[in-house]
Amino acid sequence: MTTQLVQDPYNIIITGVGGQGNVMASRVLSNMLVSKGFFVTIGETFGASQRGGSVMSHIRVSSQGIWSPQIPKGQAHVVVTLEPVEAVRVLARYGNPSVRVLTNTRPIYPADVIAGEANYPDLSEIKETLGKLTEKSWFIDATDRAMSMGNPILGNIIMIGALTAVGDIPAGREDFAAVISRTLPEGKIDDNMAAFDLGVEMLKKAS
Amino acid sequence: MSHVTVDTSEGSTVLLMGNEAIVRGALEAGVNVASGYPGTPSSEIVETFSKVASERRLYVEWSVNEKVALEVAAAASFARLRSLCAMKQNGVNVASDFLLHLVGSGTRGGIVLVSCDDPGALSSVNEGESRYFARLMEMPLLEPGDFQEAKDMTKWAFDLSEELKQIVMLRSVTRMSHASGNVTFGALPDQPAKKAEFKFDGFILDPDEGVVISAPVEWKHQQQQEKVKKAREMFETSPFNTYSGPERPELLLITSSACNLYSREALKLLGVEDRVGLLKLGTTWPLPPKLLGKHLASTDKVLIVEEVIPFLEENVKILAAELASEIGTKTFYGKNDGLIPMTGEMNPDLVIEALKSILNLDYRAVPQEYEQTAQLSAFTGAPPRDQVFCPGCPHRASFFSIHNAIELDGRKGFVCGDIGCYSMAIRPTGFGVLKTLHAMGSGAGVASGFGQLGRFGMDQPVLAVCGDSTFYHAVIPALVNAVHNRANITLVVLDNSGTAMTGFQPHPGLDHNVLGEEVPAVDIAKVCRGIGARVEIRDPFDVEETRRTINELMDDPEGVKVLILRQACALSPQRKYVKNYSMKVDEELCLGEECGCGRFCTRIFRCPGLIWNKDKGKALIDEVICVGCGVCADICPQKAIRREEVAS
Repeated sequence: MTTQLVQDPYNIIITGVGGQGNVMASRVLSNMLVSKGFFVTIGETFGASQRGGSVMSHIRVSSQGIWSPQIPKGQAHVVVTLEPVEAVRVLARYGNPSVRVLTNTRPIYPADVIAGEANYPDLSEIKETLGKLTEKSWFIDATDRAMSMGNPILGNIIMIGALTAVGDIPAGREDFAAVISRTLPEGKIDDNMAAFDLGVEMLKKAS
Repeated sequence: MSHVTVDTSEGSTVLLMGNEAIVRGALEAGVNVASGYPGTPSSEIVETFSKVASERRLYVEWSVNEKVALEVAAAASFARLRSLCAMKQNGVNVASDFLLHLVGSGTRGGIVLVSCDDPGALSSVNEGESRYFARLMEMPLLEPGDFQEAKDMTKWAFDLSEELKQIVMLRSVTRMSHASGNVTFGALPDQPAKKAEFKFDGFILDPDEGVVISAPVEWKHQQQQEKVKKAREMFETSPFNTYSGPERPELLLITSSACNLYSREALKLLGVEDRVGLLKLGTTWPLPPKLLGKHLASTDKVLIVEEVIPFLEENVKILAAELASEIGTKTFYGKNDGLIPMTGEMNPDLVIEALKSILNLDYRAVPQEYEQTAQLSAFTGAPPRDQVFCPGCPHRASFFSIHNAIELDGRKGFVCGDIGCYSMAIRPTGFGVLKTLHAMGSGAGVASGFGQLGRFGMDQPVLAVCGDSTFYHAVIPALVNAVHNRANITLVVLDNSGTAMTGFQPHPGLDHNVLGEEVPAVDIAKVCRGIGARVEIRDPFDVEETRRTINELMDDPEGVKVLILRQACALSPQRKYVKNYSMKVDEELCLGEECGCGRFCTRIFRCPGLIWNKDKGKALIDEVICVGCGVCADICPQKAIRREEVAS
């Protein structure tokens, strides 16, 4: 784990589909970073936008101060996507040749795809696209593993664990433990810690 | 306890959402009463107050609508308490009739109206501007430029209001209210039990002890305008107006609110901080002329960056015209010359484009080849994601039945709608049945008008929909109007047991309030019957019975019919994480592409929990997404979708 920012501001995007727990994931990660003494700015929208649409949290980590809640074009350093095609969507605006992308492989099909009016690409196509558009990308079956743990929402925590294992985030397991001990009821701590550790392990295997 | 009060000591730093920072500021100012009506992006303000109500000895309420919310907050001010009232941009329109009279009468205890605007309509069906109300109503306007200021400025707004004896408006935007950042706390005051007292026995014009009234109008209006002048004087030295940049900049960028953060970042990315001066204004009405004059005099070119319509731009130009003999003529850039878009929300990139054009700069965020590949990949490889009703949403079932009833009826009936999740019924997720969509309660009001047009030969059945919270907010007067004037309409109340779209706030139909106290519920059916409407109540998950009832009501030629479709929101506390049925598709029975003009369930019904197995050519339940409402079992013509009760 690094203690310094590799870039300042360091720009993280967490993206997914309304209802997946995007806001919760960004809140947990940001509180880990605030506890390390960093300034964190989060930009996100919720309300109507969460009804099955694409959602994004922009997280700016800095030792200098507050930044724009919208990341400028082409300035993402790392993208965490809770849903695979959202990775492709987000890079059109925020990607750049040195971006790194961490993707959950479980699709959520858009209404137009379910209705047969649009095509959802195969995972192999998404992998190929991300291969072209990123410096490095990882694919993790986070939701599938979370389901076998008994709750698909833990997929978000698996993704946060995996993100810390990428190496550029100046916060780790202890910070995660400290944040959830403040925000979650006692009975949920063990499952969340297990999910975090699983994410770390899965990223190492995917590398 | 909430994280806005987790640390009562001065100097601790906490990650707060803009809305929470506003609450913390009000708590530091010793606020006593908070009211509002839910509306994105403002709803977290009253919610956060409610969580600390008992520890901070507050009275907090979700009022029936924004006008009443402001009246409730004003009463506290008249009794010399401090109060805050929060709403989204169009709520200010609702409150504005009272507001006009309130600014005329003046206020006593500090009172702050918080309006959270939604540039880009991220969660609205309009881009309404509340800032113009400050000028229209002749009252002071503050706009925080970051999260720390959202707290500090709210605290100060109460002092300002008490000094002026006038309500103060604080305007936020989605990217301020729903964004988060580090906020350093000030001290929370000891909250002694304050005695509320309304004094009215003094001289009629005594602002502290007379009656509270906007008459004699001309005299009071002059008094009101004196307050604006005093605010203007105070704003000249406000610490919330800041300047950074060279003494004589090539270009002066004037901005406010979230646009301050976009502008700062744009200047940094372009590396022109030593060429362009940034004047960030926190007090945007009335503008302080001496401060503006000083900065305008230092340059020839001025760029104004704001959201959404050119309010700041117009006001700066008026000042510049008045000061022209002292400061000379200027070249202005902004929205009026088209350099910055007149609609939608701003971002750092739009500011970069404007600066590039004015200063003749070259800047490319990413190599052109990368950008083209990334955009093409998204265009061809990322299918669009339309907003949809949640899996298990009662609205999908309700609109399915309304749609089928109108089709069966065959007279080209249509539905007038209004604001809520159910607004999405203009889209395929609600089978496109909504044909008009305007303000809160407008479905019933517009239908009341259509319901009179039979005399002009209109023979189409007229329907309207509203939500349960909307019913209390603005539908009741429209319903009274329809009954009294004998309009022939069918109103469907989509009662999902809460203000669902904004996060499930309680409303007058429920037996508890935001503080968790038991309160009398006002029954929608009784209200409608009392008004004189025919009322039926059904469960929308019973799609056939619902459809049959709608057809029967449409066939009833007389007066106002109300159908209450009662089923809790899929995200409500009573339904969330509760799966009544486990759904399965019987692949033997499923006809696939051959069904109902092709894949009836996935092509027409379109629940996200019901997907398509491309390999087998059959419908499939997505176990992660399906919430087990069981409705799809009834809509499948082949009875191939089956529900099994889940043991509880």
